[in-house]
Amino acid sequence: MSTTGPRTLFDKIWDSHVVERLPDGTCILYIDRHLVHEVTSPQAFEGLRMAGRKVRRPDATIAVADHNIPTTDRRLGIKEEDSRIQVETLERNVREFGVPYIPILDVRQGIVHIIGPELGLSLPGMTIVCGDSHTSTHGAMGALAFGIGTSEVEHVLATQTLLQRPAKNMQVRVDGALGFGATAKDIVLAIIGRIGTAGGTGHVIEYAGETIRALDMAGRMTVSNMTIEAGARAGLIAPDETTFAYIKGREYAPKGEAFDHAVAYWRTLPSDPGAHYDTTVVLNAGDIAPMVTWGTNPGAVVPITGAVPDPSTAKDEAERAQMQRMLEYMALTPGTRMQDVPVDVVFIGSCTNGRIEDIRAAAAVARGRKVAANVQALVVPGSGLVKQQAEQEGLDRILLEAGFEWREPCCSMCLGMNPDKLTRGQRCASTSNRNFEGRQGPGGRTHLLSPAMAAAAAVTGRLTDVRELG
Amino acid sequence: MQAFTSLTAVAAPLPLANVDTDKIIPARFLKTIKRSGLGVHLFDTLRFDPDGNERPDFVLNQEPFRHAQILIAHENFGCGSSREHAPWALLDFGIRCVIAPDFGDIFFNNSFKNGILPVRLPRAICDQLIEDAKLGGNARLTVDLGRQVIVRPSGEEIRFEIDPFRKHLLLHGLDDIGQTLQHVASIDAYERKRQTGQAWIPAISVS
Ligand code: SF4
Repeated sequence: MSTTGPRTLFDKIWDSHVVERLPDGTCILYIDRHLVHEVTSPQAFEGLRMAGRKVRRPDATIAVADHNIPTTDRRLGIKEEDSRIQVETLERNVREFGVPYIPILDVRQGIVHIIGPELGLSLPGMTIVCGDSHTSTHGAMGALAFGIGTSEVEHVLATQTLLQRPAKNMQVRVDGALGFGATAKDIVLAIIGRIGTAGGTGHVIEYAGETIRALDMAGRMTVSNMTIEAGARAGLIAPDETTFAYIKGREYAPKGEAFDHAVAYWRTLPSDPGAHYDTTVVLNAGDIAPMVTWGTNPGAVVPITGAVPDPSTAKDEAERAQMQRMLEYMALTPGTRMQDVPVDVVFIGSCTNGRIEDIRAAAAVARGRKVAANVQALVVPGSGLVKQQAEQEGLDRILLEAGFEWREPCCSMCLGMNPDKLTRGQRCASTSNRNFEGRQGPGGRTHLLSPAMAAAAAVTGRLTDVRELG
Repeated sequence: MQAFTSLTAVAAPLPLANVDTDKIIPARFLKTIKRSGLGVHLFDTLRFDPDGNERPDFVLNQEPFRHAQILIAHENFGCGSSREHAPWALLDFGIRCVIAPDFGDIFFNNSFKNGILPVRLPRAICDQLIEDAKLGGNARLTVDLGRQVIVRPSGEEIRFEIDPFRKHLLLHGLDDIGQTLQHVASIDAYERKRQTGQAWIPAISVS
């Protein structure tokens, strides 16, 4: 049943989770961890209830509310009625079905993709799913992690499995040393700029090469997180000493002898020499500058030293029309230097860049500077633990003194489901992952970039090459 | 789930590429706890102006396309989010079949699970069908899943490919969960095997 010959990391995890291969090649795939949140689960629990089904493995499931809770004082409750109903529905469902739940006021609450690795819930070699496309984040742990729809959430709750077909293997290799000012976010934006937003369709992407190996876990998660923006189902990074050191001691990680057994197993996971990839893409890290998007998909990206592209350079009519539409929505003129584009709002946070390392990077730029007049700058830590750590390090004070707002952890302005949203025409420098039309609020305009670049934009009031701030 | 066998209906041309899930249904409408009722917000930003008035030039605001049950689009339809609200919104509006050169992976899967048939056809053929669709009410298309063909108004038949398992489920309106639970003995056996082999995987309980 297993693949023969040298296998990739993906092949190994896949093979070890196939419960049964059906005659047509579809596999019943076992799921080790199921992360549940308030937006994509109500209809799944509703379906279980209607069919009289139970949750098969509550002990492999964990729920948390993250998408539409406020970033201001939580003890005051949720003002928006529809948001409150979603959260109350989740709380009712987890009680009824016996699913472990992290309450909103618990310090461990946070964005589901931040807390999975942070609490040691997401481990190498696992299959991990969540009703959210950025589940790809957990692939940085060396786990096969992907987003599923609500019907599949219901399927996993009821059966602890999914019906899946194997994906193709793609390797994206990044070699060489990153230049000054370039970060994991710039790597992944450069990758999407290269292969396009459909470049990974049908594939699982394994990130490899010395540049990836040299990233810390936070950076690896940033890269893996945005895999979905390249159209791939999942991203993977082979577990190594960096991974094991990160996991050790976390709340839900195996302890003592169990940890040693786990590590011994995890060491067998990296792709075998000579394993076959259907597609390989190679980037040179030295060529990657700090990046910023100009359009309304993450592939519409240029180096910060660049300019808004001209639709007349498009390769065909369809691309030209699409560029034109993006420029109209973004209210940009071809040839404008990216660094001359003013911003109204800065958002630092999300499952892409809401970890402690990201907040440190932003604080390093903010230290001793002031947020420009007319700019609203929001810092939203990815979890309660990130927030606590940042406060212990005094990062909140640095940011507050510089004029940033310091908020409670959740998705916040990444998707504008809670009160943090852009108003029509506002332009935002954002560390999140999607710049789709209206993503951060109807009519809002999003430029994706790294936390240091976002902080730089906050202090100058325009998109800025962080390398020039010195 | 409603079965899909054969459908003869008005097709709406939507010659746009990369129609992402936020365009199909913007995030601000996702705060539902039910599957129904999202159709009024389908393609909200394309369909309505900021004041909530219909944009007359948008296809679904025109007759006979208000009653379309088939949608024909360009590349990468449904890219973006895993939220199933996108197929729910399409379904609630009345769309049962989307034809495009290719689709976002998750959207593609989610469509089947909600009784919507996504059909992949080369761009040139999609463009032909878009021309057919523009003829409006007199130019209904037939999508016959059993025979795997689309019948153009001219009578010409275009064959499409589909995974046999998915076809089976869709033709009979079968729920995936019921299918999988027929294999529950294999799942039990797998869990027993893993309890010995992978005992390091800790159980979750929140204290
Ligand atoms: S931070 Fe944004 S991308 Fe991440 S889970 Fe929340 S809404 Fe989704």
